[in-house]
Amino acid sequence: MSYLNLSLTLIFVLIPFFLSKHFKLGLEKDTVIAAVRSIIQLLAVGYILQFVFESESYIFIILMVLLMIGAAVQNARKKGVSIRGITWKLIVTYSFIEILTQSILIGLKIIPPTAQYIIPISGMLIGNSMVLSILFLNRFTSEVENRRDETELILTLGGTTKQSIHHSLMAAIRASTIPTIESQKTIGLVQLPGMMSGQIIAGADPVQAVMFQLLIIFLLLTTAVITSIMLGFLSYPSLFNERMQLIKSNKIKR
Amino acid sequence: MFTYAEEVNCLSEKDSIAIKLNNINYGTKNVEILKGITGNIYKGKITTLVGPSGSGKSTLFSLLNGMRSPQTGTIIINGKNINEFDPLQLRREVGIVLQKAVMINGDVFKNLSLPLSLQGKTLAKDKAIEYLKLIGLNESFLHRQAADLSGGQQQRISIARSLINEPPILLLDEITSSLDQASQHEIEQLISNVNKEFATTIIWITHNLQQAVTIGHDTWVMVDGKLVESGSSNLLENPKSDEVKQFLKGGDK
Ligand SMILES: Nc1ncnc2c1ncn2[C@@H]1O[C@H](COP(=O)(O)OP(=O)(O)OP(=O)(O)O)[C@@H](O)[C@H]1O
Ligand SMILES: [Mg+2]
Repeated sequence: MSYLNLSLTLIFVLIPFFLSKHFKLGLEKDTVIAAVRSIIQLLAVGYILQFVFESESYIFIILMVLLMIGAAVQNARKKGVSIRGITWKLIVTYSFIEILTQSILIGLKIIPPTAQYIIPISGMLIGNSMVLSILFLNRFTSEVENRRDETELILTLGGTTKQSIHHSLMAAIRASTIPTIESQKTIGLVQLPGMMSGQIIAGADPVQAVMFQLLIIFLLLTTAVITSIMLGFLSYPSLFNERMQLIKSNKIKR
Repeated sequence: MFTYAEEVNCLSEKDSIAIKLNNINYGTKNVEILKGITGNIYKGKITTLVGPSGSGKSTLFSLLNGMRSPQTGTIIINGKNINEFDPLQLRREVGIVLQKAVMINGDVFKNLSLPLSLQGKTLAKDKAIEYLKLIGLNESFLHRQAADLSGGQQQRISIARSLINEPPILLLDEITSSLDQASQHEIEQLISNVNKEFATTIIWITHNLQQAVTIGHDTWVMVDGKLVESGSSNLLENPKSDEVKQFLKGGDK
């Protein structure tokens, strides 16, 4: 695609812009900001990727991955700020997922150890993990709130903090991973996944594209489950103090 | 046979105190809830705790059971500072029946077993039936869903559940509030028996002053976060302080 073609695509920004103006939806400003941001951010990423691919240096790959983890942590921690040490808990979770998946992928030679593979896959996984952690933290907050009576009952009967929070934890883990699992059941029937579509448009063999998509799907399943389980077990202790009492003021904030 | 010294020791006041409170203050960020509570709860006695709604009775229980800690003051339980207890051990020794009878998902048996299953133990079925009988329910309740039971039935089950740990100290928070007269009387009998048979120290929050006089050996009256009077339960029949007089006259308000 040439830059001329790219500029023609701005038509698709102008349509919502004028519709919004006509119907007084008040979305004009946001449309423009969104368009400008995506142009700048994506082009920047494109050039950075080009540079990293050409340099063929692992330092840059690692740097890119660290950057992604940093951005994801930054984004997700806003949802769980009042959990003690949420920042490092997120860092540990995302890093663990990255290391686990990449060592399996590269170790078993499923993908070649090049930037072209490592970076986009890491991006998808870390991004997914970020969305899931936000989903999980939200859900965990409301489960703990809803099951406060049960939690207190178990504590008064001499149960441990983990026992008292067990049902909330499991419900939140289940609830936050179900969307990932469900969406994968209908994948390909309703809409083609974005990555696969992109590959096919760029001229890749559809079967190759499907195989890669499958790889991603399975990876996303793993990330979803690991993210919520790890984050769950890392974050529940901060709901209690050292006397095994529920800390009321220190709720997980939405 | 006791030696003379041992015998005297048994009788000494220190040994007969189950819970010793010294200047307890507790509050949240915005409100002071308990204000300088000092007093003793005696071993093997039933002490009733009365006072207007919102005076801090349930809050005091949560401190005794280790669910919260006071900002200042000391709590001594059977001669040991509450902070020296392992929290799990403390909660098994100071049992509590909460004001709200919370049932966990599942049948009555699962609910009764909870105190043991939390410790990785199982409750024998015979024992469960025995406890059911104790609270006036028959065997057929064992496998009914706890959530489907009436408020009064749930209240009974929550009483039985707290007895399973066989706690030497038992805190009862308005456990007969959703029971009719006859069942109320049954539960009073049951608690009385537990108290006699196991020498369990009992503190019983009640709004029923009649009940407080008939079942309690001792009484504490709390008003607005303070312990305003304590002593033998006939103090309710001729109170000294104006606060208590007013409380008794106004009933619950
Ligand atoms: N977690 C809390 N946060 C803020 N205030 C609280 C909290 N728990 C209790 N309170 C306040 O503390 C006071 C005492 O409450 P508590 O439940 O101990 O009263 P009570 O004597 O048991 O009343 P009742 O007879 O109605 O059960 C009340 O004013 C209540 O609003
Ligand atoms: Mg109360």
